[in-house]
Amino acid sequence: MHTRAMPTTLATIALQQVSKRFAGGLLALEDVSLQVAPGEFVALLGPSGCGKSTVLRLVAGLDEASSGELQAPALKRGSEQANEATAFVFQQPTLMPWASVFDNVWLPLRLQGVSRHEAAPRVRQVLAGVGLAEFERAYPAELSGGMQMRTSIARALVTQPQVLLMDEPFAALDDITRRKLNTDLLQWWHGPAPSSAQAMTTADRVPITALFVTHSVSEAVFLSQRVLVMSARPGRIVAEVAVPEPYPRTQAFRLTPAFAEACRQLSQALELAHGAPAQPGSSHAPHTEASATHAPAPSV
Amino acid sequence: MKQRVLPALVLLGLVAAWELLVRIANIPAFTLPPPSLIAQTLFANFGSLAASWWTTVKITFGALALACAGGGLIAAVFALSPLLERALLPVAVILQVTPLVAVAPLILIYVESTTAALLLCAWIVAFFPMLSNTLAGLRAAEVHLRDLFRLYRATPLQRLRLLLLPSALPYFLAGLRISGGLSLIGAVTAEMVAGAAGRDTGLASRILEASFRTETPKMFAALTLLVLTGVMIYALFNWLSLRLLGRWHASASRHGE
Repeated sequence: MHTRAMPTTLATIALQQVSKRFAGGLLALEDVSLQVAPGEFVALLGPSGCGKSTVLRLVAGLDEASSGELQAPALKRGSEQANEATAFVFQQPTLMPWASVFDNVWLPLRLQGVSRHEAAPRVRQVLAGVGLAEFERAYPAELSGGMQMRTSIARALVTQPQVLLMDEPFAALDDITRRKLNTDLLQWWHGPAPSSAQAMTTADRVPITALFVTHSVSEAVFLSQRVLVMSARPGRIVAEVAVPEPYPRTQAFRLTPAFAEACRQLSQALELAHGAPAQPGSSHAPHTEASATHAPAPSV
Repeated sequence: MKQRVLPALVLLGLVAAWELLVRIANIPAFTLPPPSLIAQTLFANFGSLAASWWTTVKITFGALALACAGGGLIAAVFALSPLLERALLPVAVILQVTPLVAVAPLILIYVESTTAALLLCAWIVAFFPMLSNTLAGLRAAEVHLRDLFRLYRATPLQRLRLLLLPSALPYFLAGLRISGGLSLIGAVTAEMVAGAAGRDTGLASRILEASFRTETPKMFAALTLLVLTGVMIYALFNWLSLRLLGRWHASASRHGE
């Protein structure tokens, strides 16, 4: 088997012709190739059940690929940094209900052996950053859905991760909360926000590489620099749309023609991908049907 | 507070109706004694009844403590080793489904010390809910929280202490509430089988003894103590679980998710 040479060395995350077949025989991903550069914000867009989450789980090392090559910080077994390099935000806040907000955010550091006392400044700094400074003693059940998600993101950021993986984190929230969190998330990711907390980290700040899974077109456009569109089962990347708008982005971006144009392109790509089988030669599709010819056609 | 008034009134009403019924229908005390007579008998025989009560309570809590330790420990072992679980769970089920009254005579033959035999009988009844609840609890940890612990490469000990045990706590406490009542039932059943003979006998022996002499009010007096004990055990563990879980578990259900 010969594979095309890809310049993977510079990418933080790289997947090359990765397939994933589950024990039950379900082919979740087929020949997925993608790269995310250091500090880049990439969105994976597709309908429910198209294997977007599986991509994240592979990158986080929570699942193993059936074939193909993967490169990601979480998969570097030898490295000491590997434990803290990758953070994952799930669709649900996934907090420990028996632990306070502080203890929940402390957890990733605690698992690396950092004591409560040592961790306190970092935990408080992150909590202040996500606007929960006054809630460190509260329990998750006492918080609103949006605040629970803020806690969850604070927990992800507390290790100052190199890679931030997010699996539809705002899908369960109402639209107003969601938009607010979208704007805030970009600040936390892009950094220097006018906050005292930032002063400490700017100097040695490693840009966070973000991979964000969503099924919302506007969310994908608002947040990311590049949107990858996935087809349903087996999941494949069928189109890519760039969003050249520079950061920091504000709510005003949602009203610009560039925003509308990116949304239009994505909607079209989604329709192409899911209305009919992906068309070879589609202007946005880097993957043509060529990759499917040597594999048995899936009969779904 | 308001929620407690209604059940209390119902109970009071029932007792009053009982008293009235006995008086109006002129039912003889050896058939059905009125509550007032039961209360009198209870006070008159308080010394001997209290001593027997203490014996039963000791057996009950002894068996419960062993059930907690045994059930919790075996559950932890099963949770770590599915192989052992498959091998040993049928034995636990057999223990659970065998009627205690049927095996108690055998246990009393094989085990020399009566106290040990009684403990064993009560333990057999009480331990299974502890085992199955704790086992369910150890597996109840949310799947994404497990992922999170895996992502941050938690050690097995960290996983047990910070994730599995706290997740299991509500289940363990629910088991405790069931097993608390069951160990009292187990202790009394075993005492019934053991009979009235011997020193340091429990409340069941007092009931048997009184029934031989047709002292129905005394039977009721002993029964009242048993009922009160059962209620107290239930209330104790209810309070305990509210204390331990109040902030997260109960409040979570109050907010409805």
